[in-house]
Amino acid sequence: METEILARIQFAFTVAFHYIYPPLSIGLGLILVIFESIYIRTKNEEYHKLAKFWTKIFALTFGIGVVTGIVMEFEFGTNWAVYSRYVGDVFGSALAAEGIFAFALESGFLGVLLFGWNRVKPWVHLVSTIGVFFGSMFSAIWIVVANSWQQTPAGYHIVGEGLNARAEITDFWAMVFNPSSVDRLTHVWLGAFLAGSFLVLSVHAYYLVKGRYVEISKKAFRIALIVATVFSLGQLFTGHQSAEGVAKNQPAKLAAMEGHFKAKGPADMYLFGWVNKEKQEVTGVKIPGGLSFLLHYDPKAPVTGLNAFPENERPPQVNAVFQFYHLMVAIGMTLIGLTLLASFLLWRKKLFQQKWLLRIFVWAVFLPQIANQVGWFAAEMGRQPWVVYKLLRTSDAFSQAVTDNQILFSLILFFVVYALLFFLFIYMLNKKIKHGPYDESDTELRPKTEEITQIITGKN
Amino acid sequence: METFLGIDYPTWWYLVVGGLFSGYAILDGFDFGAGAWHLFFKKEQSRRIALNAIGPVWDGNEVWLVIGGGALFAGFPVMYATFFSALYVPFMLFLVCIIFRAIAIEFRSKEEGKLWRKSWDISYSVSSTLLAFLLGVVLGNVLQGIAVGKDYLYQGQGFFEFLNPYALMTGFTTLSLFMVHGAIYLLLKTEGRLFAKLTVLLKRAIIGFMVIFGITSLYTLLYIPHLSDDFKSNPILFVVPVLTFLSIANIPRLANKKRFRGAFLFSSLTISLLLVLVAIELYPTLLISTVDPKYNLTVYKAAASTKSLKIMMTIVAIGAPLVAGYTFFVYKTFRGKVKLDEHSY
Repeated sequence: METEILARIQFAFTVAFHYIYPPLSIGLGLILVIFESIYIRTKNEEYHKLAKFWTKIFALTFGIGVVTGIVMEFEFGTNWAVYSRYVGDVFGSALAAEGIFAFALESGFLGVLLFGWNRVKPWVHLVSTIGVFFGSMFSAIWIVVANSWQQTPAGYHIVGEGLNARAEITDFWAMVFNPSSVDRLTHVWLGAFLAGSFLVLSVHAYYLVKGRYVEISKKAFRIALIVATVFSLGQLFTGHQSAEGVAKNQPAKLAAMEGHFKAKGPADMYLFGWVNKEKQEVTGVKIPGGLSFLLHYDPKAPVTGLNAFPENERPPQVNAVFQFYHLMVAIGMTLIGLTLLASFLLWRKKLFQQKWLLRIFVWAVFLPQIANQVGWFAAEMGRQPWVVYKLLRTSDAFSQAVTDNQILFSLILFFVVYALLFFLFIYMLNKKIKHGPYDESDTELRPKTEEITQIITGKN
Repeated sequence: METFLGIDYPTWWYLVVGGLFSGYAILDGFDFGAGAWHLFFKKEQSRRIALNAIGPVWDGNEVWLVIGGGALFAGFPVMYATFFSALYVPFMLFLVCIIFRAIAIEFRSKEEGKLWRKSWDISYSVSSTLLAFLLGVVLGNVLQGIAVGKDYLYQGQGFFEFLNPYALMTGFTTLSLFMVHGAIYLLLKTEGRLFAKLTVLLKRAIIGFMVIFGITSLYTLLYIPHLSDDFKSNPILFVVPVLTFLSIANIPRLANKKRFRGAFLFSSLTISLLLVLVAIELYPTLLISTVDPKYNLTVYKAAASTKSLKIMMTIVAIGAPLVAGYTFFVYKTFRGKVKLDEHSY
């Protein structure tokens, strides 16, 4: 028991930390491609500066994403040996494809993206940026495919028994396009675009509030706002698709997300609430029949509840799944509200005067990050007690050869190292933001000299 | 068992994984080696040039580790699971070193402070050295076998058992070989006084490597006889050790003539040939059990299904030329001596 819990804590901690970075890389990658394309079309030097500035921040997130990602790959073997033997035949081909199609593409072109500005022609550089961006998108494909296979296994058969049992692949494309992979992949991609675009919004909103780099920041803010608006609306659609998929393929998870206990019966939808697992009730504000309506367009339609499953096949942490899921949804709605309001003001040409709204955007960078994290928490905790849905239990999947002391040692090690890593990341990010997209001595000083002349000549 | 061109699929995948590991050792080998030399350079400018010599490529090199690990997981899931859970602590240390090395490269030149740069220089060099060494230690344990028993469970004493004398020897052999390899790479990338200094360092490193390699080889022949069985039963295989010695001998010969491209080719070839030797010695076993030979993991016992292996062979056949393509493009873009600019580390 102890070993299992420690192994789970370590995996959860290392993967949650890792997942701060890849969505930023994917999202910033998209923004970089846009900035650089505009530069090449218009030859406007400001977009060139924006591209170079954001490349530096991209490098930071990418670097940390790579090293924390290597940890993840090896942790399957070190901490989840039974799982690795069980799924290797299926899961392995997705990981191999990720390495060879995605990582090699990203890392190969990364050198040119970061260091090639003065070495290759602008269009060759743009091609490299696109290569890195596509690489990071492909990487998400294979990882989400592998994870989705754990949620909704397909294209396999089981060979052997007991410790020798394992899933063997029978149909590669059925494995890749398993019932949940497409819905979940689009949801993950859009979540990543939001993480990236909100970072850009935050930094440039900060400059606008401070009155620094004003013209260049307006340009960057406009582009990032369009990206953020489109994709936060898009998230409504992909989120809904995912929820329908969960209802169909993993009813126990959906029931936990809404705290729906009755085996068969109309299900409500809560805006917020608290689940009491023992009493099997939820206290909170609800739309009666809301979940039934959302899934079947009929508020009285029956939805499978937790009690339809044997005790040992229900997610043990119902309230946690409920809370994480609701937090994700609430943040999603907030992002839609924020971006629509800002877009409206932009259209009325009033946005950049609204300092209060810009201040909200400075802090809103945390919202998509939190939503990405809690969304995954809900997805993974909702799958419990299974590591591979209905096939392999988490409690059977960890490495028997590893002792709890060894895991405690590595867990403490990761805590310390990742804390240092996070501190350095924030420190460097802050430094780069303070430094800005270019040296202020070249252009930004001009208005200031005018101000000085005004003061000297006494003209207000 | 199904075959392709007369060779069965597990064996094909053994060759693929071997090829990936040898690609990884050649590529990350020179940048671990360059890192191990880092503290030998005293001037700030020299350190920056040495760091930027691997700057645009080290990340791409590390991807080979990810691909190699993925290929092992995919093709030999039983080996991947058993081996990584058995060598838990060494692998955790390996991962921590990978992290420290990457952040040191990323962060060292981002601040002016002397203490800042010095700390990251030490972190970079020590982690590079340890990584090269740990790879050798892992290899030494693979060659000797580990205490794997029933149900693929490791039954040994753990961390300190893996630091046995033979593993330490293979650790030092790997480190010294990577230092030779790294010095040659840096010679291709540097000029002036740093270049002159490296020529001296390379000479010492070659002598060091030859001595350590000689001792390790002798020890292998005397104390781990099962490793040379394949050669005794199949004398034609003696071609490989002979080629290895010729390849090693070519390194100082070409280095003395200042033909460093040629020397780099031969240090790369040496790394591959040594891994070919290992591969021949082990095959068809992947992991030798020191508990009982019946627990040995052979390629057949550890392999994924033929269906899965076929799919992955297709993935490799499509992917490998692409990878070769971008690797070539990056190295071509950054060929020649290092020139620092505002984007450098």
